[in-house]
Amino acid sequence: MRHESRFTAGTERTKNVKTFAPYVDIYESKDEIVLLADMPGVAAENVDVVLEKNVLTIKGTLSPSTDKEHRLLHGEYETGDYRRQFEVSEEIDRDRIEATIKDGVLKVVLPKIEQAKARKIEIKAA
Amino acid sequence: MFGSTAWPLVRFSETLPMIHRLQREMNRLFSELSEFTTVEFPPINIWSGENEIIVKAELPGIDPEKIDISVTGDTFVIAGKREIPPLRDNETYHRQERFSGDFKRSFRLPFQVDTSRVEAKYEKGVLTVILPRTEAEKPKKIAVKTE
Repeated sequence: MRHESRFTAGTERTKNVKTFAPYVDIYESKDEIVLLADMPGVAAENVDVVLEKNVLTIKGTLSPSTDKEHRLLHGEYETGDYRRQFEVSEEIDRDRIEATIKDGVLKVVLPKIEQAKARKIEIKAA
Repeated sequence: MFGSTAWPLVRFSETLPMIHRLQREMNRLFSELSEFTTVEFPPINIWSGENEIIVKAELPGIDPEKIDISVTGDTFVIAGKREIPPLRDNETYHRQERFSGDFKRSFRLPFQVDTSRVEAKYEKGVLTVILPRTEAEKPKKIAVKTE
């Protein structure tokens, strides 16, 4: 069973919906950090990605099922909202963060701020 | 020298999914999220109604073409592969928790299914399969006559 997230960072839920921590992959290259999170059932309009200082929060909400005609025979997962936070140690270019969701997988690309390029200082002959 | 009695050696490449799985669980174990239990991939919920069974599987990021569903009588099998593209040379993983590899799960359903009317759809990473009960197996209401 997917475990419930107990880390709500000081905010408490007012909805009677469980919150789960999604499974994630995070990888880094020279130029960017990429985060992929499994959020099955979440539509694009119900995703929130926030970078506040160096804390990245990803959130996804599900529209609750209204099916009353069927009863659960065998259950391996529960549905609810997704939420997870990460500390980002690198300097991120906030204006270029991109987030997309496709087939229940959220992808967040966090581009690193370009390091000031080493300048070559020419020495002029006096 | 090593005839057919030799131990069946597992090729290293075949152990990779196991190593990944272990790594994933270790990551979760040592991250802040301490409570966890493993569940097979994909997690499946089965709902039952009067005329059908609904099987739902959480399969995010999968090409629906690569999901095989087969139903024979009262046995339901779902199999496929979740491919996570390997990283490029200059990329390194910090965390790798998402499932990758082959999966296969089978279930015995509580009744015979009319296989000609099975429907499946894949939406937002959730697979829904509707398995209708055969006419012969639908519950019959027996009217009680009064004399």
